[in-house]
Parts: sequence; C-alpha cells; structure tokens
Amino acid sequence: MSSQSQPLSPSFSRPFEHALLEVAARPFPWGPGALLVVAFGLLPWLADDYWLNAILIPFLVLSLAGLGLNLLTGYTGQTSVGSAGFMAVGAFATYAFLLRVPALPLPLALLAGGAIAAGAGFVFGIPSKRIKGFYLMVTTLAAQFFLEWVFTKFPWFYNHASSGTISAPRLEVFGHDISGPGGRYVLTLSVVALLTWIAHNLVRGQVGRNWTAIRDMDTAAAVIGIEVDRYKRLAFAVSSFYLGIAGALWTFAYLGTASASSFDINRSFQILFIIIIGGMGSIAGNFIGAAFISLLPLFLSQAGQALLGSSVDPGQIQNLQKIIFGALIIAFLIKEPEGLARMLRRFAARLAVWPLRF
Amino acid sequence: MNAPQAADPILEVQDVSLSFKGVKAISGLSFVVRRGEICALIGPNGAGKSSLLNVLNGVYRPDSGELVFEGIHYRGITPLEAARRGIGRTFQNNALFKRMGVLDNVLSGLSRHARTGFFAQALGLPAARGEARAFRELAEHTLEFLELQAWRDTPVGSLAYGLQKRVELGRALIAGPRLLLLDEPMAGMNADEKREMSRFVTEINRSFGTTVVLIEHDIGVVMGLSAHVVVLDYGRKVGDGTPAEVKANPDVIAAYLGAVQQEGART
Ligand SMILES: Nc1ncnc2c1ncn2[C@@H]1O[C@H](COP(=O)(O)OP(=O)(O)O)[C@@H](O)[C@H]1O
Ligand SMILES: [Mg+2]
Repeated sequence: MSSQSQPLSPSFSRPFEHALLEVAARPFPWGPGALLVVAFGLLPWLADDYWLNAILIPFLVLSLAGLGLNLLTGYTGQTSVGSAGFMAVGAFATYAFLLRVPALPLPLALLAGGAIAAGAGFVFGIPSKRIKGFYLMVTTLAAQFFLEWVFTKFPWFYNHASSGTISAPRLEVFGHDISGPGGRYVLTLSVVALLTWIAHNLVRGQVGRNWTAIRDMDTAAAVIGIEVDRYKRLAFAVSSFYLGIAGALWTFAYLGTASASSFDINRSFQILFIIIIGGMGSIAGNFIGAAFISLLPLFLSQAGQALLGSSVDPGQIQNLQKIIFGALIIAFLIKEPEGLARMLRRFAARLAVWPLRF
Repeated sequence: MNAPQAADPILEVQDVSLSFKGVKAISGLSFVVRRGEICALIGPNGAGKSSLLNVLNGVYRPDSGELVFEGIHYRGITPLEAARRGIGRTFQNNALFKRMGVLDNVLSGLSRHARTGFFAQALGLPAARGEARAFRELAEHTLEFLELQAWRDTPVGSLAYGLQKRVELGRALIAGPRLLLLDEPMAGMNADEKREMSRFVTEINRSFGTTVVLIEHDIGVVMGLSAHVVVLDYGRKVGDGTPAEVKANPDVIAAYLGAVQQEGART
C-alpha cells in the first residue's frame, strides 16, 4: 500500500529543519560526561571557597529546585507557587531524621526527607483532580502559607530552639567529614547529578509522555487511556521529592542554619522565575535559569561599581535587579515561553548551518 | 464483509437518548454495528453524530438507553474505561498533544499498555529499557503504515491539518482498538487527501480486522468506503442500511441529502 503515495504536505523542508535543530540541540554528545568531569574533577580544585560557598552550591541547589518545579509545571502543566513550602518540608523532615535517628546516614536522611516532602506534595496534589489552572495555583499558594505556618508554629520541628532555626549537625558521609566547602559542594553535586539523571529517564519514558500529554490536553489524555488524576498526583509527589531534597541541601549544604522564613513565598517565586527564564519543559533550562539568577546580582554589582565607583548603593542594585527580572519574565512569557534553553538551541542550530544561512 | 462476521454484533446502541439542558441531541436511537465492518454515520450538522461518539466512549452519559460492546452492557463509563475495553477514538477538532512530536504523540497511545512501573523507568532498569524499545518499534511501524516517518520529531502543532488527522489516527491505532470511532477524519481535506485517508481506513479495517464507526459529510466518500450507513437527523435515525438502500430512502433524501449539499456548498 505504501509504495505509490507521497507525503501529502508541501512543507518538506520542515522535517529537515527540525532534524538540524535536533542535531544542534546536542552538538556535543559527550556534553553531560564532560560537564561531570569538570564539575567533579576540576571545580573543587579551581574554585575558591567563596565560589564554592556563595555561587556554585546555591546554583546547584536552585537548579535542583527548578528541576522539581519544572517536572510539575513545565512538563505536567500544573502551575505551582508553593515550591518553597515543599522545600521547607524536606528541610525540616531531614533535620528531624538527622536529629532523632542518629544512626541514619546522611544520604538516607536526605532520601527520607525527600520522601516526606513527596507525601506532602501528593496530598496537596489531590485537589488537582477537580481544580485547574488559576484556582489550582491558588491552592498551591495556600499550601505555601500553610506549610510556612506549620514550621513556625510547632517548636517540635526546630527542636524547641528559641531562635526557631534548624542547623546542620556534623555532616558526614561514610565516615568522611564533609562539612567544608569542598565536601558540601561534592555532596550537592552528587545528589543533583543523580536526580538529574533520574529526571532525564522519567521525561524520556512513558511517565514523562503521560505528563506532557496531560499538559497539552488532559481530556484527550483520558480518552487514550492515561490515568490523568493519578499522573497529576504523581507529578506533585515527584516534584515535591525534588524540592524537598533541594530544601534540605539549601539548609545543610548552603545556609548552615535556616528557619521557615528561608522558605517563604519569595523563594517560591524565585524558583518559578528560574524555570520561566531557563525554559519550561527542559532539563537543561533549570541549570541555565539558575545560573542566570545566581550570576545576575553578581554581574550587576560589579557593573555598578565599575560604572559608578564605590559609592553605589546596594539597595539600588537590588531594586534594579527586581526591575530587570520583572521585565525579563514578561518578555519571556510573551516571546519565548520555552526560555533560554530554547533560545540557545536555536542559536546553535543557526551556527550549525552558518555558512549556508547567513 | 464475509458472512460469519456479519452475524456477530460488536456494538449495539439501544434506545439511547441524550440532551443538553433540555435540548435533545439524540432521541431514542438504536442500531447495530457488526464486527469487522465500516459503519458510516452521516447527517447534517447538529444531527447528534459527535454526541453519539461521545456517548459510545464515555465522554457523555446518555439520559436513557443502553449500549452493548462485545456483549457487555454499559451506560455510564469513563473514557479511560472505554479505552481499556478497546474503544479508540479521534475527534472532530483534533485533540493532539500539540507541543509533542509525532512519534511521542503516537507513543502516548500505548500508555495504558505500559507494564513497567515508575521506579523501573526512573532508574532506567533493563525491563523499562526493553519496553521502551518494543514500544518504539511498534510506533515506527505505525508511522510507516501511515506514512508519517518524515515528520517523526516535528511538533504536531506545526503540521498541516491533514497530517494532524493522520497522527491522531495513529495514536488511536497503536493501542490496538477493536472498535475505532473516527469523527470526520476527512474534514477540511482536498480530494487527494480524502482518498488517501479512505485508503488508510480501509487498510486498517482489512489488515487488523478493526471495526470502524466513522462520521463523514462527503457522501461520495462514504459510499465508496462503507457497506453500512446510518443516517441521523435532529438526533433521530432516519436511515439504516447499505449505501444503495439509504440513497433510495425518501426520508433520507428529504432530511439529509439536500441539507448536505447546502452544507457542502458552504464549507
Ligand atoms: N457540550 C454540549 N453542550 C451543549 N450542547 C451541545 C454540546 N454538544 C453538542 N451539543 C448540541 O447537540 C446537538 C448535536 O451536536 P453534535 O453531536 O455536535 O452534532 P454533529 O456532530 O452531528 O454535527 C447540537 O444541537 C449541539 O449544539
Ligand atoms: Mg460533529
């Protein structure tokens, strides 16, 4: 039957162009491996403590949090402004495990903290069965405020400390002390690399396809036999697992000491901005967005000092930063909903055909 | 159709009625679809054809009446359950996953056949990899069958309308449905594209033995495609039989054929 007919569409060039985009999207097949070698092998030696502490560790944790939110919002289409609430669950739960089950090794405590956060995400995902879009976002807002309140109100969570804060006990993995910047960096990097690999497996597989199908058209997803409600709840749970672990790392590998206010609504918005700027429905986008959001303040204050001398007011820089973020968010939402990741891909595609096109 | 199959009904619609806020969309409709046939559902716009497909796969619940699919009676059923029982479906206004590529759209039709669990997929265990490979192979066959390979990775939102219709057919087909409901699979196509789509439908029916119920306005296409035509008008059945019988039925001529010529002229 197939011999005599030609494809119907006149748009023959589309698949070709798309194939180019595909190739350009992965110009370096060994990219992830090389990144890991650099990140594990070189950066701990090259970067000084300031870079590890103040730039690389928060960058990695924010990337992980972005990844968590992206699974829910970018892949499954369920917008959430409660990310920080689930980060708090992960942080306080991990703390509880470290404190109350001293025999539990740190990696398992992280895993257990993530699992508790996943449970919380699952519960707050239950309304997604009936509620969609804006109203679902409002329920995640409620989750954010509720969780913040819980971790302020009940002193059990912060071991009755008068400051209301939790701090890292001694950080060690398999008997190695990792409380120095290098150790905390390697811990964070290992966790982030592992979870990124898992996310990659998920979004490439049937689970990820179910998620994106629900995002694109949930009614059609149901008709072809996808258990829509179940996969929405799964997305909430997995997303919160990632966010929970990010929250624990934020506390124990980055801040050292945290309280409920470390996970307020501003943090949720920060994570949301990361995925909007980096790219919804992209794994690399989370890293790009997090890099952008971590490096922009640094860049602005450097630029400010270079232009205006030392008289520059840090408050002004902060305001400027907010204005720039606001403008960028609007620009991205309108012009490039798939974020910087997509822009870079297109740019790479242009380069790939450069002698032909320009 | 050969004789032994013709005796065996796969789907019975029994006195089904459906209304929307008092407006009757389907009234007391009964007919039988035999296993292995292509049954065409025709009638002017608003006759209740799409609503009927929606009743068949559980998008709507009829006010009264019953359906029997492969001997099992049902009325209220979820679309998910209908899919599980082997009822595949395409929509009048394409219901594809627009930002996903053609291959992924087709693969999504296999979702309910996935046997490997979440953790096996998350950790890339051999079972999950094996299943992914098998699915991918099946999807490649489907793309080949529908001649869609050239657009394998193109997001379907950017495809021409006729191609989208084919992708939607592929997504329903890959799950191996025993009953395929196609809502105007040839709407908005030119004559060549219609012939091509007719060929695919016939081929599916012949090679896989899939029973097809399809809605189509173009009477010429219907006559060439199906041996059984059911005519609806204002939610009622006004004709049921072979194309020749239906064509000769004065009620059908009065109620439908004139109207369709007007419709056709408009669209
Ligand atoms: N979801 C709905 N809500 C209200 N009325 C509807 C709905 N779906 C269909 N109808 C009405 O039911 C009747 C039959 O529509 P439909 O089944 O789409 O007809 P057809 O597919 O034959 O053109 C029309 O009068 C239409 O307006
Ligand atoms: Mg219709």
